[in-house]
Formats: sequence, C-alpha cells, structure tokens
Amino acid sequence: MQLVLEKRAERSNTIALVSPLIAIGLTIVTMSILFAILGKNPLLALHAYFIAPLTDSYSLQEIAVKATPLVMIAIGLSLCYLANAWNIGAEGQFLIGAVAGSWIAVKTQGTDAGAWVLPAMFVLAAVAGALYALIPAICKVKFGASEILTSLMLVYVADLFLDYLVRGPWRDPQGFNFPTTAEFDPVATVPVLIEGGRLHLGAIIALLVVAAAAVLLGRTIKGFEIRVVGAAPRAARFGGFNANQLIILTFAVSGALAGLAGIIEVAGPVGHLQPGISPGYGFTAIIVAFLGRLNPIGILIAGLFLALTFIGGEQAQIAMKIPLDVTKVFQGILLFYVLACDSLILYRFRLVFPNRQVTRGAG
Amino acid sequence: MELVEAIILAVLAASTPLLIAATGELVTERSGVLNLGVEGMMIMGAACGFAGAWLTGSIVIGALCGIVAGTLMSLIFALMTLGLAVNQVATGLALTILGVGLSGLIGAGFVGERITPAAHLDLPVLTRIPLIGRVLFGEDAFVYFSLALIVAVWWFLYRTRAGLVLRACGDNHVSAHALGYPVLRIRTFAVMFGGACAGLAGAYLPLAYTPFFIPGMTAGRGWIALALVVFSSWRPGRLVVGAYLFGAVTILQLHAQGWGVGVPSQFMSALPYLATVIVLVLLSRARTGGSTAPAALGTVFVPDR
Repeated sequence: MQLVLEKRAERSNTIALVSPLIAIGLTIVTMSILFAILGKNPLLALHAYFIAPLTDSYSLQEIAVKATPLVMIAIGLSLCYLANAWNIGAEGQFLIGAVAGSWIAVKTQGTDAGAWVLPAMFVLAAVAGALYALIPAICKVKFGASEILTSLMLVYVADLFLDYLVRGPWRDPQGFNFPTTAEFDPVATVPVLIEGGRLHLGAIIALLVVAAAAVLLGRTIKGFEIRVVGAAPRAARFGGFNANQLIILTFAVSGALAGLAGIIEVAGPVGHLQPGISPGYGFTAIIVAFLGRLNPIGILIAGLFLALTFIGGEQAQIAMKIPLDVTKVFQGILLFYVLACDSLILYRFRLVFPNRQVTRGAG
Repeated sequence: MELVEAIILAVLAASTPLLIAATGELVTERSGVLNLGVEGMMIMGAACGFAGAWLTGSIVIGALCGIVAGTLMSLIFALMTLGLAVNQVATGLALTILGVGLSGLIGAGFVGERITPAAHLDLPVLTRIPLIGRVLFGEDAFVYFSLALIVAVWWFLYRTRAGLVLRACGDNHVSAHALGYPVLRIRTFAVMFGGACAGLAGAYLPLAYTPFFIPGMTAGRGWIALALVVFSSWRPGRLVVGAYLFGAVTILQLHAQGWGVGVPSQFMSALPYLATVIVLVLLSRARTGGSTAPAALGTVFVPDR
C-alpha cells in the first residue's frame, strides 16, 4: 500500500475554505490524546482552553490584546510569504521596534513633553523595525545570502541588545535592580478604549492594518505584483516585475508592522521595557499567517484563535496545572495540520496497492 | 600554556554539537531536502537524551534516546514534505516550534537534576603529554565520533555508488526518477539521517557539555548548523573547518567576558550570531560562478507515474 498524490486539474476552492477548519479539528483530537496522556480530563482541558476564556469580559478583552501584535505581525509576514520572501525574524523586528520606541519614552520621562510623544514613538518603532528587516533583505538581494538564516540570527542579536539596555543604561534606578525601565509616562502610553479595561488603541490600529492589507492585495497593482512574483516567478519576470524590489518592499513593510506591534505592546499592556516582553509573538505570527491562508481577513480570525490559545493556556495552567508548554505544542501541531490540509487543495490523496499498480505502471 | 590547552579543549567541546548536527543536515540537503527543523530536532534530542540518561544512569542509552527522538521528529518532516508535498520551509519552521514546545513538556520534570557527564578518554602516558595530550587523547566519545562521522559521510558521498545516487537526487530529481531511482525513499533516509544526527547533537549538550537540562538550551545552535552547511558549500571537509571556527568564536567571546574586556557581555554573546550573518554574506558574495547548492534543494517532487 502506498500513498500517492495526484495533481488536481485546478485548485479546489471548497477545500481552500474548509482546510483550516479540518486542521483545527484534527489538532483538537490530537490535543485530547495529549491531555489524556498527561493525566488530565480532555473535555475539561478543552473547555479551559477554548470555552472558558470566551465567557468573561476580562478574558475577551485579553484575547483582543494578545491578538493585536499577532495580527499586525502576521499581516506583514503574509506579504513576505506571498512574494516568496522568507522573513522568519519578525520576533527580532518586534523587539527592535519596542527598543526604538522606548528610547523616546525613556528620554522624555519626567519632562513636560506633550501629546507628540506617543505618535513619535510609533513612527520611530516602525522605522527601526523596517530598517532591521532590511538587513536580511539587502543581504539577500545584494549578496544572495539566505534571508531565512540571517533574519533568524538577528532575533538573538535583538534579544541581547534589549537585555543590555534594560540591565545597563536604561535601568530604572528605583527598580530594585530588576532589569526594567521605569514605568512610561501617561503621554508615552497607549490609551485604553474602555475606562478601567485592558483593550487599547492598538486593537483599532490592527484592524486598520488588516483593512489596508486587504485593499493592497485585492485592489492595487503592487498587491498583484506581490502575488504573481510568489506564485509564478517566471511569469513575473516576463511581466517585467522586479522580484528583488518586492523582497525589499515586503521585508520593509513586515519589519515596520512588527516594530509597530512591538512598541504598542510595550507602551500598552506592558507599560515599560523589560526582557521577555514577547512570548514568541514573532514566531506564533508565522502560524497565524499560514492558518489565515495568507489572507488579511483569514489572518484576523486566525490571530484571534491563536490569542485564545494563549489565554486558554494560561487559564488551563491555573485551573488544571497543565504546563504552559502545552500551548506551544498545540501551536506546532496546528501548523502541521494546516500545512498538511493545504496540500489537499493542490493534490488528491490516493492509496495505491502494489499489485494493482503493476498493471497501471506499465503505461 | 595550560590556558591554551583549556581553550582548545573548550573549542572542541563547543564545536562538536555543531559539527554533528551540520553533518546530518549536509546529507539531508545533498539529497535535495531543506530541513529547517534542526533546532527543533536538537532540542528534542537534548530533552529525551537527558531523560534517558537520568532514568537509566547510562550516557550511551541517553545518546540513543536522543538519536531516536531526533529521528522520530525527522519522520514527521519526511511524511509532510515527501509524503504530502508540503512546502519544506514552512514545515521546518513547524518542526522547530513543535520541538521547542514538546521538549519543554518532556524536560520539565528534569529541570534542576544533574547527571555525571560523559567520561573522557584517559590513556596512560599519551593523555599526560603536555599541551596536546588531553586535546588528542583526552576527549569524550562524542568528539571522536563526530570526526569519524564526517569522514564516513565524505566516503559515502564521494566514494560509494549510493552516495552518488543520493547526490543525483539532490541535483536533479526528475532525472534520478527517470533512471529508476526511488527518489522519495532515498530522501526519506537522508532526512532520517539528518534527524538522528540532530538528535545526537542535541543530546551531547546535556550529556557532555553541561550535565543538566534547561529548556531552550540549544540556543540557536540548530540554526547555526544550518548556516554551517551553507558555509561549507555542501562539502564535508569545509564543514569541519567551519564548525571549529564557530566553536572558537563562541569560546573566545566567553573568555573575553571573563577577562573583563570593556564591552558589555551581551555584545560578546551576540558575536556568534553576528558572525553567522557576516559569514553568510561574505560567502554568498564570493560565489560569483553560480551557486554550489544542490540544484533541487528545497523543491517539491511529486513523481508522475
């Protein structure tokens, strides 16, 4: 018996729509088995993961707060991946954006600087994120160095740089030697949308980013170019599209979005710069981008879903003592199933039995 | 003098996991498959290797557990990319994410435990020779094994028929298929070899390098191993040079931190990663006469029948 792939005459649109759902279903089955192995009641665990967070206002807000960076980063990454440019260093661009934006917050601390502070932080964070993403992009275009490896190496560099700043020059003198900056001033903080709540302006920005990406990909020539370069590089060359220019562009945009997400996270929910500001948003966003089928609306839904797993994971840890690493396992398995199900869009799976294959193989 | 000897010993120890993991990935890539999940397979090897050694008290069983864990991880990758024709880059990333999560889960119960690290060779007279004695005759078994492994891989790739066929699959899978070679089966074995090596390389860290397990202890070594394969231009000989160079950079920055060089420690710690970027750029730039990568590297192959 052998598994054989047969190419479909054309992409199956039905499966393109259902495949993320099949993937989620398979993931939930796999996770139930894992929970059982861990000695936890699968039904209770699944409830803690997927249902409990949806039942109170605090958790719902928290899901939106966690989804904000995921969606913003994933939108940028989806542009890269559509153009066949592999930026996997969004985590580093996120951190550098957070650092650059925090620089203004730290320097204006305790001064009477006005309302310009927060917008300036946003702009600087986006620029820094874009520049940081341009390093692997330029290395790729000018020298042919693998953008996958260079962008990933720069994650470690960004992490160490942030660590140096908050342990060295930017450390809060009143912070009992903890590696953190002082709490940002109110003018350097992202305003919350509901008084006393957790939901902040970043959520609106993320929605705007989704809308902008939908317009870019669906209604503009640039968006068309990005999709053609990724899907049919030869046709794109004949069409006169410049693939290198698009690598630079998509990396810059995704870096800017990751950087912006970084400063929003620091100046919003966290409130100061410290190590560990990201529980791997830059990597989880890769899953979000694929689960959302590299489509802006899909990414919005996928981002909310993965944010749910973060919150659910925290609640399951508190309520059922399920280790937090289960969330990462969950995310990894989900990405596997998403990719496997995507294969169904292009291919038909068929089991072939060797004795029958002999007669067919003669041709 | 003793400092020089200590540094050389430390460099060899730091280079060995890189060399083992990169050797496996070199074979995988030579067959035309790009497995970016080395980091995930390594950290699984580290967690399972430590668990095996701690439970049985045997370094050998620990190493075997690491090899099995790495191989099983690579089989998931093979099933996805070779069986279901999924994009290799995305699958490799998924493998790393899964490996980091699973290893944390498996290793959680072992954090804070210690084992007796792998014994070092101790020969009468020879190991006592000043300066070179311990370097040549006083290493742990992993170091010798890694060198034997790379020689064996060189011999296999360039001196055997099977190696020639494997390289053919990597350079032109359509031709190899037309000649009747089972491309997907050969690639599956190559991926499994890569997984076994990555698992062993990961197991080396808690079994010999530091006698305990901490989550995320591979710290990007899997990714550096991938860069080393590029550095080596997919040739075993250069891989040895590259691995020892990178080991040297790692150890020198650690010593520089110890000597109190007036540079913040974080900048020194960033050196191996920055060095990787710089080396990748310089090498890619130097290669003007076309790429030396296997021509079919990373491309999907679905045999038509």
